[in-house]
Amino acid sequence: MKTLRWLIGSVLLLGIVALIILMPFRSVFMPLYVEHAAFAGRVIHILILASLLAVYRVLKGPTAADRIVAIDIFGILIVGLCAVLGIATGLSWYIDIGIAWGLQSFIGSLALAKYLEGRSFHD
Amino acid sequence: MTDTIGMVLIAIGLSFDVLGCVGLVRLPDVYNRLQASTKCVTLGTCSILLGVFLMSGGFTSMGFKALLAIVFLVLTSPVAAHAVSRGAHRSGVKLWEGSVVDMYAADRAREESQDPAKAGRNEP
Repeated sequence: MKTLRWLIGSVLLLGIVALIILMPFRSVFMPLYVEHAAFAGRVIHILILASLLAVYRVLKGPTAADRIVAIDIFGILIVGLCAVLGIATGLSWYIDIGIAWGLQSFIGSLALAKYLEGRSFHD
Repeated sequence: MTDTIGMVLIAIGLSFDVLGCVGLVRLPDVYNRLQASTKCVTLGTCSILLGVFLMSGGFTSMGFKALLAIVFLVLTSPVAAHAVSRGAHRSGVKLWEGSVVDMYAADRAREESQDPAKAGRNEP
């Protein structure tokens, strides 16, 4: 268990270091259009801030219903983030990711609500 | 001009998203949090998607997918919110102590008082 924890920690640390090293070259991996790049960058930063608030409620929520609501709203924010990424890069398949994420989030919310209700699935 | 309208719509949606998430953190109850946070679906994300539809230049592939996502979100998200609140109420999550009225508990009590009569009529 201790080795597993050390492994997870070292992988996270290596990932953070790699992100910091590769940050000046991010225009190579993620090409942004010049005309909307600054606007879309600010929008993406504010959306990430809002989704961090939702993640805080997921981690801290007193009951299970709080966590389900926060996960639902997190998925909705990810749909908006995918749309803004689509406008930033000019690639239209980002919105496909958003549509698929919304569908999975809807089905997951319904299943978790039924589970919360404590009844069987066949009604 | 279309880009400007799209940017204004994205800004409106972004402010609704952030305010909905602040309400999700700050409000005291599950039902209050649900009330605050379902606003950031229809007014927040759908406004962002409408702005993306305008900024991508009308009925291109991206704009058409954005309209499809708007229709999908408007149809499905209130259903999910209603199911979550119903499940929370049935699983016994307490209301905040400052809440004024709980109509669903009264409704369920009336249903349960009517149910044995209905079952009694159906059984013989």
